[in-house]
Amino acid sequence: MLRTLGNFQPKFSGTIAVEGKELSTYNELQIASKISVVLTEPIASKNLSVYELLALGRQPYTNWLGKLAKKDISIINNSISLLELEPFLDKKCFHLSDGQLQRVLIARALIQDTDIILLDEPTTHLDLYHKVQILKLLKTIAHKTHKVILFTSHEIELAIQLCDKMLILDGKENAFNEPCALIENKKFDSLFPTDTISFDPNTGSFKIKK
Amino acid sequence: MPKQSTYNLYFIALLVVLLICFVINICLGSVNISFFKTFKALFGTATEDASYYIIWEYRLPKAMTTIMVGGGLSLSGLLMQTLFRNPLAGPYVLGISSGASLGAALLIMGTSLFSGAFTLSTFNDITLAIASSLGSFLVLSLVLVVAAKVKDTMALLIIGLMFGSITAAIVSVLSYFSKAEKLQQYIFWSFGSLGNLSWVQLLIVALCTITGIFLSIISIKPLNAFLLGENYAKSLGIGLQKSRYLIIVATGLLAGSITAFAGPIAFIGLAVPHITKQLFHTTDHKVQIPAVLCCGAILMLICDTIAQLPGSVSVLPINAITSIFGAPVVIWLLVRKRKMIF
Repeated sequence: MLRTLGNFQPKFSGTIAVEGKELSTYNELQIASKISVVLTEPIASKNLSVYELLALGRQPYTNWLGKLAKKDISIINNSISLLELEPFLDKKCFHLSDGQLQRVLIARALIQDTDIILLDEPTTHLDLYHKVQILKLLKTIAHKTHKVILFTSHEIELAIQLCDKMLILDGKENAFNEPCALIENKKFDSLFPTDTISFDPNTGSFKIKK
Repeated sequence: MPKQSTYNLYFIALLVVLLICFVINICLGSVNISFFKTFKALFGTATEDASYYIIWEYRLPKAMTTIMVGGGLSLSGLLMQTLFRNPLAGPYVLGISSGASLGAALLIMGTSLFSGAFTLSTFNDITLAIASSLGSFLVLSLVLVVAAKVKDTMALLIIGLMFGSITAAIVSVLSYFSKAEKLQQYIFWSFGSLGNLSWVQLLIVALCTITGIFLSIISIKPLNAFLLGENYAKSLGIGLQKSRYLIIVATGLLAGSITAFAGPIAFIGLAVPHITKQLFHTTDHKVQIPAVLCCGAILMLICDTIAQLPGSVSVLPINAITSIFGAPVVIWLLVRKRKMIF
């Protein structure tokens, strides 16, 4: 679904509206200034330095040579300080850990300066601490910059604690609401087969049945 | 990240080295012409002197061919490495040069075979350039189709090798049936030589090379975006199809036209982009494109100067020298710890 929203795959049916207009009526460059993405696939060249990678986020706005204007540089620097990336700027991407690289990619999406940021499972391959760090970071960014941040995840327990709104894709109801309301409406209870996993509404977590 | 001024300094240094290599290349050769005499021939008035003739009709065109061959092949190597996201891509390794050979072979030997249907019994420089460019486009697009299916770096290289074998096989079938003089013509071509170009042929190569460079320059932004991968490039507003076509046409033109006139030349296209990445510490194509052009030209001039065996009558095949330089680069790429990073 995220791939369709990001205009990578054609949709099966329905409409995707961005600012009240159908997504397919925008051209590629216009979409690039509305939606930025962080994908699961690894970047092609790990030989990019962090700063070069971040600067690529300004591509939709730069001239044909990709020269950075003053405004571009100040936007890049803002995101660098917001995500505290200063120590990594000169490093090549293959020197970074998965968590660090994910932060850099999120910064790149921020630098693209779009109202919507889509992230495809941004927390896979990370340990619990870094997962939480990334998700908290996304929450801060969403509240500070008033952007729409939409991410897919299998980390339901973390999402319940951190997200403003959740969409549960269970193939039946696909409920969309605030996490607390979803718990009250018992939307999580039947998400997994109840004979192996049960949901505890008090703690907002799943328990394994022994 | 180094500053723009550092790059400028590097480029000035490279241009100086290029100029020095160019002069040395012209000064040295089988016939011993002194430095002073060379200068006199270059900048003085026309004389009936033998050295004047040698320099203007042989060494100068050769040195200029060398520069274009080195620069052009290196640039096509850089484009292919970015396009295929593969550090080991290059016009020779992926069989693009063999594609050009096939085009040339079909033209030289094929036309004599099917001359009943075609009245085109003679070929000229332009048709040779077109034929080998078409040959390289053909193999390049085949490799691209396969590359979309095979994600593995090594598999792609082996497939490139196979394409090379297939074209070689077709060429040998062709040569089995063709006349002796046509075969001889082809064999001489396939040795790879920088020295046989007339000023007219040089002009054709120059036109193709300049077009290729121009197409690469207008593709700088997409090329940089491709470093993130195709989906990211798309999310940055790059028209994927159009950019891909531009890059392919540039690669085919460069590798095809150069191979048409200079013969298949090994490893330069693969090795030079890696050398410049070590020198400049950047993957930005705005810096990389001029850098590979300079470094490729320099390396090729050095290889050619060595191949001339200054002072002696014999000339080594240029392919042997470039392989001695280039093959170790491939080995080094495969052996070093952070493998497969381009």
